[in-house]
Amino acid sequence: MTEALHWIGGGLVVIGSLLTLFGAVGVLRFPDVYTRIHAASLTDTGGATLALLGLGLISGLTPETLKLAFIWAFVMLTTPAAANALANAAYGSGHKPRIGAFQIIPSDAPRETDPEDADRSSSQ
Amino acid sequence: MTGFAVEMSAALNVVLLLMLVAIGLAVAHTRNLLTAILLMSVYSLVSAAWLMVMDAADVAFTEAVVGAGASTIILLGAILLTRGATARVDWRAMVAPALLAVITGGLLIYASLGLPEFGDPSSPANAYVGRMYLERTGEEVGPHNVVTAVLASYRGFDTLGETVVIFAAGLGVALMLGFGPRATLAPAPEKMGDHHVVLRVAAKMLIPLITLYAFYVQFHGDLGAGGAFQAGVILAVAVILYGLVFGLRETIAAVPVKAARSVAALGVMLYAGIGVICMVNGGAFLDYDYLFSPQVEAMIPANLLGDPHEEHHWGQHFGILFVELGVLLTVSSTIVTIFYGFAGRSIDAEEAKR
Repeated sequence: MTEALHWIGGGLVVIGSLLTLFGAVGVLRFPDVYTRIHAASLTDTGGATLALLGLGLISGLTPETLKLAFIWAFVMLTTPAAANALANAAYGSGHKPRIGAFQIIPSDAPRETDPEDADRSSSQ
Repeated sequence: MTGFAVEMSAALNVVLLLMLVAIGLAVAHTRNLLTAILLMSVYSLVSAAWLMVMDAADVAFTEAVVGAGASTIILLGAILLTRGATARVDWRAMVAPALLAVITGGLLIYASLGLPEFGDPSSPANAYVGRMYLERTGEEVGPHNVVTAVLASYRGFDTLGETVVIFAAGLGVALMLGFGPRATLAPAPEKMGDHHVVLRVAAKMLIPLITLYAFYVQFHGDLGAGGAFQAGVILAVAVILYGLVFGLRETIAAVPVKAARSVAALGVMLYAGIGVICMVNGGAFLDYDYLFSPQVEAMIPANLLGDPHEEHHWGQHFGILFVELGVLLTVSSTIVTIFYGFAGRSIDAEEAKR
């Protein structure tokens, strides 16, 4: 029984890590700030949940499980709030979504007005 | 299985160290200071993970709390006062510094070849004093965490020096930026739009928990990883988080500028005062065995910590407790004072922009 729980728990940890890795790929690949924040925060909470659940299965019913539950609550509280703050700040500093029906900047408009590009050119 | 575990840990070491090198190169390469600061934060986090793999839990804790937490916030406060990018430098001006850096780095790598193997039991660090600490902590000092015993009791004088250094660093920053009287001039918070509500609710839920955790780290330092330095930083971070979310004016109402800087001095005084009390009672400076005179020690009930038959070193016990309290006070209020200094200056900077 414990053997099976170990395997399931290990599998969940691996799946959680993979999910976080996909999130990192999403942060690199997605076109604008908002989709990137979305990728980072969603996979962070999901990946952490899976990994912590897996670790909880491995550790069994011990004080460690309670600590893992606390960590999970902390992650679920902070990551979405941080993503919200980040998106708020991006909106406040004038970043516009780039894709989909919400596209505000026409694709042929000059890009100089976009602060994200200004950041990027100044950083290089 | 153990061989496999050792190999895995070695592989993990290599991966983490390579990550550290990559982040270091990225920090050197980037021209955007904001990026550099965030990368330094990541650097601290990775090195904390690496120290954890090396079984140095206390150091890893400090690195995570100070490097990835507090210093990032303070550096971000500093960058508000300056421009966000490094100046472009002609390559000819970089030759001499680069040469110097390469020589220093080469010497350090050469010196590292002479270091003993990791975990070598016959190395000087592990053989003489270190082994003595490990063997005799239980009967001489008491706490289960040897790191705490070494830090607060055996090497109490060094730790007093560290506390004074932190206090002096805070004093230096305060002399440059001001103790934060300008922070009291913070503009009244504008009616915040509803779009900050998530942040405020999350902060309101987190700040009590962070404070509670700081005290857990403080008092759990005798048993596990943690101690006053980490706890002080965590406590300060709770105050800083409050300041960032609810505004400087509210924070100063809760933690006045004057209180922050006096408590910083009080902590050092408490630490040194414990040492002086030991001297008054006939011991050496910071020799906690002499903290209580025999009459006082006789008044302590034997079952204060539960088991009355277990032998306790009450002087050591309370000495470490008070000393750690002093460190907590100094560290937390020094960091808060530094934060106030930067925050007060950034009010000036914003006014200058207008």
